[in-house]
Formats: sequence, C-alpha cells, structure tokens
Amino acid sequence: MDWLNQFLFGFFPYLCMIAFFLGSWARFDRSQFTWRSQSSQFLRRRQLVWGSNLFHIGILGLFLGHTFGLLTPPEVYHALGVTTKGKQIMSIVVGGIFALTAAIGGALLIHRRLYDPRIRQTSKPTDIFILLFIYFQLWLGIVGIWWSLHNIDGTYMLVMAEWARSILLFRAGSAHLLEGVPWIYKIHIVAGMALFFLVPFTRMVHVWSAPIWYLGRPGWQIVRRNANIAKEGV
Amino acid sequence: MRIRAQIGKVLNLDKCIGCHTCSVTCKQVWTTRQGVEYAWWNNVESKPGIGYPKDWENQQRWLGGWVLGRGGALRPRTGGKWRILSKIFANPELPEIDDFYEPFDFEYSYIHHAPESEAAPTARPVSIVTGERMEKIRWGPNWEESLGTEFRKRARDYNFRDVEKAIYGEFENSFLMFLPRLCEHCLNPSCLAACPSGAIYKREEDGIVLIDQEKCRGWRMCVTGCPYKKVYYNWHTGKSEKCIFCYPRIESGQPTVCSETCVGRLRYLGVMLYDADRIAEVAAQANPQHCYQAQLDIFLDPHDPGVIAQAKADGVHERWIEAAQRSPVYKMACEWKVAFPLHPEYRTVPMVWYIPPLSPIQEAADAGAIATLDGIPDIDSLRIPIRYLANLLTAGAEAPVRLALRKLLALRAYMRKRHIEEIRDPSIPEAVGLTEAQVEEMYRVMAIANYEDRFVIPTSHKEVAANAYDQRGIAGFHFSQTSSEGNSRFMLWGQDTRKTRGERFPVETR
Repeated sequence: MDWLNQFLFGFFPYLCMIAFFLGSWARFDRSQFTWRSQSSQFLRRRQLVWGSNLFHIGILGLFLGHTFGLLTPPEVYHALGVTTKGKQIMSIVVGGIFALTAAIGGALLIHRRLYDPRIRQTSKPTDIFILLFIYFQLWLGIVGIWWSLHNIDGTYMLVMAEWARSILLFRAGSAHLLEGVPWIYKIHIVAGMALFFLVPFTRMVHVWSAPIWYLGRPGWQIVRRNANIAKEGV
Repeated sequence: MRIRAQIGKVLNLDKCIGCHTCSVTCKQVWTTRQGVEYAWWNNVESKPGIGYPKDWENQQRWLGGWVLGRGGALRPRTGGKWRILSKIFANPELPEIDDFYEPFDFEYSYIHHAPESEAAPTARPVSIVTGERMEKIRWGPNWEESLGTEFRKRARDYNFRDVEKAIYGEFENSFLMFLPRLCEHCLNPSCLAACPSGAIYKREEDGIVLIDQEKCRGWRMCVTGCPYKKVYYNWHTGKSEKCIFCYPRIESGQPTVCSETCVGRLRYLGVMLYDADRIAEVAAQANPQHCYQAQLDIFLDPHDPGVIAQAKADGVHERWIEAAQRSPVYKMACEWKVAFPLHPEYRTVPMVWYIPPLSPIQEAADAGAIATLDGIPDIDSLRIPIRYLANLLTAGAEAPVRLALRKLLALRAYMRKRHIEEIRDPSIPEAVGLTEAQVEEMYRVMAIANYEDRFVIPTSHKEVAANAYDQRGIAGFHFSQTSSEGNSRFMLWGQDTRKTRGERFPVETR
C-alpha cells in the first residue's frame, strides 16, 4: 500500500503533468487540424442548449474553485478574515451549486450522446468515454460532500491543499501528506489527475483554445498581408 | 486612401436556366468529403422560395450580417464580442443540419442483389449521417426546384416584403427566376468578424475570404455571422468550411469551377480596385437603401492616373491594374450599372453581383399582350415584380433596378433593330443614358460573352505572395484529411483514418 500511495500521489501527478503539457504541445504542433471543440450542435440542437450551457458553467466554476481553493495558502485567506471552517463551508456551498449545475447539464449531454442516433453514430469512442469520465469524477466530488460535512472544521481540506501546493512546488515526500485521508477523496484526486492526462488525447484540447483574447482583438476585420510586401514594401 | 484589389464576380440572371451545372461541378471538386455532404458551396435556388438553408434571408431569425449600434457604429447583428462569446457553449442562432437537409444516399446495391420478388425492388434512402434508413426524405438540396412545393410555403420568401404577393400564387401570374449563390467574398465580412479564433481572414492580394483549417476551433459563430449562410460547419472534422473562390485556379489565371463550367456563360470574373479605408463608412450608411450607391462609390476608376499611381504604391501588381482596366465586373457594375450586389442591406459589402432577370416578354409585347413604350416593353409589365428584385438587390430601392432593366431592354431593342431592320438607332441607348459604343460593348460582353471577355483574371505573383523556397516539397492544396506524412491505421490524436463510405455504411443484402 505504501508503494501504491507513493506512486499515485508522488509520481502519478508528475506523469499527468508531463502528458498534459508535452502531449498538448505535440498535438498542437503536429496535428493542429484535429484541435477543435467538435461541437455536435449542428447535428442536433435538442438538449444541447441547456445541457452544454449548464455543464460548461458548472465545470468552469468547479475548475476555478478548485484552483483557487487548493492553491491559496491558508495564511492568505486567514489574513483576509476567512477561517478554515468558513472556507470549508464556502467550498461546500459554492462547489455544491456548481456541481449540481454541471450534473444536470452533464446528464442531458450524456443522454443525448448515447440515445440520439445522430450523435451516437458520429461520436468517436473517446468522445463518449471522456464525457462519462468527467461525469463520474463529478459525482465522486458530489458524494465527497458528505464526508466534508462530517469534517466541517476542514482538516482534510487543509491537508489536500497542502499536498497540491507541495506537488506543484516539487517538495519531497508529498505523498505521505495524504495518508489517512478518506478513500473517496483519494479516488477523486487520482481521477482528477487522470483528467489532465487525457486532455491531449481527446477533444478536451479545446480548453486550451478558449478564445478570451477575442475580447481584446482590435477592430473587426482581419486581412492577411502579403508577407513580402509588408517586409520589403515592394 | 489605401487601394486594394479584389476579384469580383457578376452573374447575369437573365441567362440562368437553372441547370445546376455550377453546383454539381463545385460539389464534385470540393465537397464530396465526409461531413460536408450536405454543403453546397455553390447552389442554385428557385425564386420565389425560402431557399437553402430554409429562410436564410430572414435575419430577424438568423442574426447574420451587421447592424448599426449606438452612435451609428457597425457591429455584427449577432452581437458584440462579449455577446458572441457568451454564446460559445451553445449558439442559439445556429441552423441545424435539417435546415439545410439531412444528406442521404440510396441502397443501390440492394437492387443488384435483390432476390426474385413480385414487386420490383426499390433502393431505399439511407442517411449519410447515421447510416440508418430514412423512412421519408423531408427536405433536400433545391427542394423548391422550379416552383416546387406550394406557393403558400414559398411565399415566406423575404423578398416579398411590401409586395401584394397573393396574385403571384395564381398560375397565370406566377413567376420564376433562378438565383445561383456562393460566398460573396465581402469587403466587410461578418463571418470573419464573428470568428473568436481569428481563423477567418481576407487575403490582401485578391480579397478572397478563407478559413484557416488549422486555426479553426469549431466555435461556429461564423455560420451565424454570415447573412448568406455560406459558411458550412463540417460535422465530421469539427471545422467550418466555405467557398474558397477556387483560389488555386484563380492564382493561375483560371476561372472558378462554377464559372468555367457554366453552360449559360453567365458568370463573369474580374478585378476591382477599391479604397480599403472607406469600407466601414460604406457599410455604415444610415439608410440601408444608400448602401448600394455607397458601395459603387468605393470602387476606383482603374484608368485614372492618380489611382494607378496610388495602387502601385500600395503594392497592387501592374498585371492586376491592367486586369482591372479590362474588368467585365467593373464595366457591368460601375460603367453600365446593370449589376447589383445581393442584399446590400446586410452591410457586408458583398462582391458577387447580379444582373436582374428580364422575363421573356418581347413576343408578348409584339402581340400586344403587354404594354410597350416606344416599341420597348414596359418595365412594370414584367412578370417579375420590380419590388421583388429591388428587395433582393438594392434593399428595396426600385429606381436603379428599373433603370438597369430598361438598359437591358434597350440593348435588345437596339440590336434587334440593327440586325433585323439594319438601322442603327442611337436614340434607343440615349434614352437610357448609354452611348452606341457602350451598347455595342454590352452586346459583345453580355450577349456574345466570349471566354476572354467573361474572365479577365491576372495570374497571381507567387514570388511576392509567399516564399516559394519554403514551400518546395509540400503537398500543396489539401484539407488535412487527405495528406499526411505517415499513413497508419492508428492515430494518436484521435483523428479519423480515412474510410470510404462503403466501409462506413455497409449495406445489408439478403
């Protein structure tokens, strides 16, 4: 068990990070034509407008919540007047709302993907797999709320946040921090890391391309200038 | 002033017989690939009709093109940048494939292998999307062919605005015209503006609007942005595609496939010089009926020495200036003013122009069945209501359309008199503001329509457009579906290995 613990929480995070970054880079470089969101709205609008909006808003909320929740050092939010217990309650409430939003949207999307012949027939195996995987992960998180409610002073939360920062700071012996954490959290962590691993191999790469810089694009039109004219003024 | 050159096009609707050769040859060349079976970069619609996709001209529904926002500034009708991004998870104004049609094939092989039976075997339709049998084909490409479907349904045509349309449903008063449509390669493209990825761009050297297939991420805002619904989402590759104006052919001085194969010889290609600094001003006319005239004014006289000098300074190649001087598009649009942009009120400043159709009326006029004015049939007696054409071509302004039709009639009357009575009558063209020399040239370009008069296309100068040294050894033109360095059945990044349709949809035979 010690070996498994060390592997899953000491080595696996780095494995996933390497796959996530190098894999994405390689795919972007070698096969950018495959880099897309692969929207299926054009084939079937039904269930997608509600499903996709709820799912994406929920998932984005959860992603931001996890990022800031795990990576903000306790001293920082204590300085802002938030106690550990307060943060635990906030995580449960805000996270719970976003999780339920994503769960409703995800249910619509899964139903549509599996039972609409057009969507089912045009889905690649990875499309179905990644959706089910994210949904599984989502429910692990929701079920985990039960454990969190029984640990309202947030000791496990502190430990897991400490572990996440320790991994990102390349500290030795990070894996030992998670000993004694309930299994439901451990599965959730492993699945969460696996999600990063899977990004370059699925349609998930579209998260890299969220076009927020569109908001800052000057004007409306784009003209591709003839490279040599621009350079030499012909 | 900043001068750019644009390859433009004119379609003489007076000669279009709706044979669909343009559509078929275009499809054969560009869109037989999986995911775009439903897409016709070039299609021919029967008008009046709701078209392809259904009801595409109704921008209240599809939100294509531009509107004037607060302070008279242009913004896409679908919304500003924040609004567009807010639709990224699900775009409420995206047409569904059924608005075009669900592509289908037939189980032809069943006919080959069918066992002996009392009734003749039939080839039943199969959906190309799902591979499943379709019990009923509900819509198809050009479903309204030559006034197909009831008038009640076709009468939803947007161009019937302000027209008492009921009488055109009566058999005696019905009218038909064909409208071949393709990407307009607009000067102010709204598909491009709506693309959050910045994958769509206009080429500076010839104005062709393209979608970078590598950069497209499939956010599908361009489909909504384009008021002509000429951007097609490839559901297989997850990328948008559109008419590329056959740029590999244009670059080598050849006409586009649709133009080359047009059996009616009604398509014209030519260069236009325009002032790129004035695009926004042209598109932002307060009164949409002024958009047509404003667009005419943006084009520059290629014979003007000042324009020539400025064009050269702005990097327009000498050969392109020469081509602009001989451009049939410039002649028809700017000199004779018989060609019009399609729906200028969308404010995209489109560059595929149309000569409005006359109805066949000379016989009827001679027989006294319709009114004539000095031997020329009266414009208002045409089968096709002027208002309808004006709604299509000038945002409802009837005067320019009326004058153009009178010019077309004058051309006929003048040449008819010349050939049959052998009398040159300068009063006929003068009555519509043309000279004899102009009418002679119109006759040559529009009626005889020789190849070299229809297509004046300068070859592109690759040596200034790109570094040819960098490009040696690459596979040339491709959609990335057809060309790769390696060829294996396993694809790490999850793209599809190429399959023929036969493999994808095995047809069961018993």
